Amino acid sequence: MTATPIGKEIQAPGSGAGRPLPVRLTIGLLRRLGLTGRGLVILVPYVWLLLFFLIPFAIVLKISFSEAAIAIPPYTALLEWTEEAFLTIKLNFGSYIFLLTDSLYAVAYLNSLKIAFVSTVLCLLLGYPMAYGIAKSPTSWRGPLLMLIILPFWTSFLIRVYAWIGILKQEGLLNNLLLWLGVIDTPLQILYTDVSIYIGIVYSYLPFMILPLYATLEKLDDTLLEAAADLGAKPFGAFLRVTLPLSVPGIVAGSLLVFIPAVGEFVIPSLLGGPNTLMIGAVLWNEFFANRDWPVASAVAIALLLFLVVPIMLFQYYQGKQQEAAKQ
Amino acid sequence: MMRRSSFVLGVMAFGYAFLYVPIILLIIYSFNESRLVTVWGGWSTKWYVGLLHNQQMLSAAWLSLRIAAISATFSVALGTLAGMAMARFGRFRGRVLFGGMITAPLVMPEVITGLSLLLLFVSLEQLIGWPEGRGITTITIAHVTFTMAFVAVIVQSRLVSLDESIEEAAMDLGARPAKIFFVITLPIISPAIVSGWLLAFTLSLDDLVIASFVSGPASTTLPMVIFSSVRLGVTPEINALATIIVALVTTGIIVAGVMMARQERIRRIDEQMAASSNG
Repeated sequence: MTATPIGKEIQAPGSGAGRPLPVRLTIGLLRRLGLTGRGLVILVPYVWLLLFFLIPFAIVLKISFSEAAIAIPPYTALLEWTEEAFLTIKLNFGSYIFLLTDSLYAVAYLNSLKIAFVSTVLCLLLGYPMAYGIAKSPTSWRGPLLMLIILPFWTSFLIRVYAWIGILKQEGLLNNLLLWLGVIDTPLQILYTDVSIYIGIVYSYLPFMILPLYATLEKLDDTLLEAAADLGAKPFGAFLRVTLPLSVPGIVAGSLLVFIPAVGEFVIPSLLGGPNTLMIGAVLWNEFFANRDWPVASAVAIALLLFLVVPIMLFQYYQGKQQEAAKQ
Repeated sequence: MMRRSSFVLGVMAFGYAFLYVPIILLIIYSFNESRLVTVWGGWSTKWYVGLLHNQQMLSAAWLSLRIAAISATFSVALGTLAGMAMARFGRFRGRVLFGGMITAPLVMPEVITGLSLLLLFVSLEQLIGWPEGRGITTITIAHVTFTMAFVAVIVQSRLVSLDESIEEAAMDLGARPAKIFFVITLPIISPAIVSGWLLAFTLSLDDLVIASFVSGPASTTLPMVIFSSVRLGVTPEINALATIIVALVTTGIIVAGVMMARQERIRRIDEQMAASSNG
């Protein structure tokens, strides 16, 4: 792509005429500053994101190096003027040392990674056949079937998670059903275990897995499968050798869309998880809201980000590639 | 078209049931006379009546709706600009960073976004005295920031799949960039803008974590009220609330879908007429 038509500076016939003088002057001034229409289109969202997305991370990093104090806001300043009028920086690694020494944090990080990983695999196992089925449906069916995948996503996430409490609890519907069917003799403890967290995450994030998978599977060329069949491949063999490898971008994008937010999930473990399931999102929440220890909460956030940098960059890479692919 | 195996059909049936059974159960039990989930005490609308008299819930809902409407509108404006820059401007300085800042919020864990924005607001208040305390303004800014990424991606994919030649033709004919945008690009991407607005609206209405970090004592949003009452135990009033939300969302989506289909049809007829009058 070489042409960039919108906002591109061209001297179109009569482009200055017909506008009131103040408007022309303002446009001239903005151009002098290097701000054309095109520049402004980029600049406005750019500045917004710098200010409200990127700079906040720097502040989190800064506060993670300060000390908790009984003050408003509850942390010490990093930069201080000493008596000799020197500006000194006091870096305090206390919060990080605390994270390393208290095993609670390591356990919570590992547990979050484990739960997010297992949920992602479960999501993929359920989502792939569904996306495949939708992509292979008659064309007129695909829209409604996709709509049904997205529809729950538009209703309150909190309430949908809450719905599972009534289903999973000891005297809940699932246990009653299993008892009635005679599968079990005594009610199972499902709610407040890891299993209920898996169910909650798979349930809430399934659309995020299905949509990118569907996008790649739908574009797949059916003639490739026909060619494989002509060459004697059985349907499942053709699936393994043709469909599956070609849908890898969708698998990666969907898995990352589930895995990354699931690692820091707070609502699902706090509603469906038990006292023994530590997840790092809930730990950060408690450090902040219950202990009011802002530096440790910041350090927890920075450490979590470090775990997620690679997956996030991978996600961006695939996201960019998908947009490129759509262009052709 | 390939034949779908019975395995795939079975998984699909299970998957759709998995998605819908909890919602259907909520709706059924919102009409249950009994407080217990497992006991059917007969039809009743008393939880709806109770909901209407729950002043705390109602004012929180009103606050959340206002924040959602304002932040979705800002988010659509900023997200559309960002999506255009990504789809149409080719290379520009800082594009990699820009792209990163647009896609990262899609997956960023909410606790991180919430904490970082709160610390920003606190630092800003110390530095320049703004924003004074935390409340509607800070929640709105936070929601605009994390929802504009979704709008940008939707607008970007719509623009990428769109034929650029119409815009190029208009440019060749001497139309100003702003005019091209309002007369040609905007109408074509309007479905993306509508769905972006709806998505931003729902995400904002739904957000518990980020809002909890950046809200003040006087600004309790609906998800915060729901969360605290759910933590105390099962309350049938929440079932009634869920039913109302599901009904509203379903109606809204059907109306939007019908309207968009009609617009698409009109556009197609217009194109056909234009083509036939040329030919």
